[in-house]
Amino acid sequence: MFNSRKASAGLSSPYVAWMTIFIIVPLLMVFYFGLTDAGGAFTFANVASIASPEHLKSLLLALELSFISTVICFLIAYPLALILAHSRISSQGLIITIFILPMWMNFLLRTMAWMTLLEGTGVINTILSFLHLPTQHIINTPAAIVLGMVYNFLPFMILPLYNAVSRIDPAVIEAARDLGAGRFQTLWKITLPLSAGGIISGVTMVFIPALTTFAISTLLGGSKVLLIGNVIESYFMLSYDVHLGSGLSLVLMVFIIINMVVSAVSDAKEQTD
Amino acid sequence: MAKELIRLENISKSFGKTLVLDDLNLSIHENSFVTLLGPSGCGKTTILRIIGGFEKPDTGRVIFDGKDITDLPPNERQLNTVFQKYALFTHMDIADNIAFGLKIRKKDKSYIKDKIHYALKLVGLEGFEHRKPTSLSGGQQQRIAIARAIVNEPKVLLLDEPLGALDLKLRQEMQYELIRMKHELGITFIYVTHDQEEALTMSDHIVVMNQGYIQQEGSPEDIYNEPENAFVADFIGDSNIIDAVMVRDRVVRILDTDWDCVDTGFGEMKPVDAVIRPEDVELVSPGSGTMDGEVTHIIFKGVHYEMEVTANGFEWLVQSTVMHPVGEKVGIHVDPFNIQIMNKPASEDEEAIQIDV
Repeated sequence: MFNSRKASAGLSSPYVAWMTIFIIVPLLMVFYFGLTDAGGAFTFANVASIASPEHLKSLLLALELSFISTVICFLIAYPLALILAHSRISSQGLIITIFILPMWMNFLLRTMAWMTLLEGTGVINTILSFLHLPTQHIINTPAAIVLGMVYNFLPFMILPLYNAVSRIDPAVIEAARDLGAGRFQTLWKITLPLSAGGIISGVTMVFIPALTTFAISTLLGGSKVLLIGNVIESYFMLSYDVHLGSGLSLVLMVFIIINMVVSAVSDAKEQTD
Repeated sequence: MAKELIRLENISKSFGKTLVLDDLNLSIHENSFVTLLGPSGCGKTTILRIIGGFEKPDTGRVIFDGKDITDLPPNERQLNTVFQKYALFTHMDIADNIAFGLKIRKKDKSYIKDKIHYALKLVGLEGFEHRKPTSLSGGQQQRIAIARAIVNEPKVLLLDEPLGALDLKLRQEMQYELIRMKHELGITFIYVTHDQEEALTMSDHIVVMNQGYIQQEGSPEDIYNEPENAFVADFIGDSNIIDAVMVRDRVVRILDTDWDCVDTGFGEMKPVDAVIRPEDVELVSPGSGTMDGEVTHIIFKGVHYEMEVTANGFEWLVQSTVMHPVGEKVGIHVDPFNIQIMNKPASEDEEAIQIDV
């Protein structure tokens, strides 16, 4: 007789193995190294070192820049989602594809391209000086990092927002207008709350990778702007202090867990509604 | 006659290359139950959306209570809409849904509370204040949608096939509910439907539409008993529509047989359509009717039997409470006033189209 439970266990075993080897074991190793010292004894010092001024500074800067990037991504993506979802054009899918097209190219290459654009003698400044306009110093500033974050993570904001907004029944929007709400009131009281799920997942998908990035800040921030990601990277790659690197990673994980809890709660709320 | 409340003047509307409404004029009177009836794609919903402010006509004006509101957005119009699929706000509870329009208008709390209570009582859903819309059945959601609209005291309530998503039994129940609410509120209802039975049951005034044109307007009795063209006759109830020739006043030749009728003024030997309702066809013993035929089909429909009788090459649709078995020879008799004579359609636009209702 066909035993479906046994069969499904058999079918899922490659994924279980994958999860164990590539996700659970590394995670446990991060926990182990993060909570031990070089001698293997339990310690909280690695985690607590986040309170040191330079670590705290890079964490706060990372939080600030990823927050700004997330807000900018939202401000760009939400109007786009509204315009697309409410327009009668049939090429909505095409426009979305164009926006997410850069995702198909390697992330590092795209960021390096920004380096050549933003450099002191880069494309942008060459054009500016050709037009006899003052050249701008953008590369190696927090602004350049924000630009890189927005450019790289915008598609992750657009997709969930577009999905959420386009799922709203146009009749619901019309009903609000019919009941006397102006365009802004309708946006505030109907469209935004009804797309809350999409907003939360969009924010999560931008904020978390932006918070933990080190590639963007290395390439566009030089060594001048250190984010918490760069600090962690340097412990692993430069000073080979696996314990301190893991400890700081655990701190970042707290933010990730907070974010996941928020989206899980809002998901559950949406389910019961 | 009651005062005119809404007037549509020379309204035309196209979507892309499709002309939906062509130079349409319509007048709607205060405190009436007006139904726009027609097959899908006839333009009835577009009229409703133009009155509601959701579509702008390409040409023409919308006059509301003497004022031109053609360019007014929906939120500035003194009317409310009940949408086909309810369109309730799923992130709010029932009380907040109903209070939505009142809060926008900044009414005070006790007024809003009273209104919610009144509206829920009117639609028979007292005590539902704190339920969520998604926990309600379709019929209940539609009642809430009505409550949400009427608390704003609109002069006109627009209803876009509001019963379309409900099952038959509930639909019939809601028809009577709507008539009751209409009387209690004393406001104008403009109702869109493709269901002729719904239109006949509820309306004071029916506007039959096809392909962007008004085919006929009138009371349900007028529309049913005196259809002006074959489209209306075919769309409202079942009909036998037969090619005929008006021999002279009061005599029509149907299927090579002369019948007495009551119509005059069509001229002599003029081709016309003769329309006879299936319930007006009387089956008598062979030889004693105007024409003899044979029963070819019979279906039991509950209240009556529906039979097909072949006579002179035409299949007559007959409804009768008396059963005649298949194969029986019968005579066909129709009272002269039950034969409706109408001119052949002048243009293609008026041409009757086949509809499954």
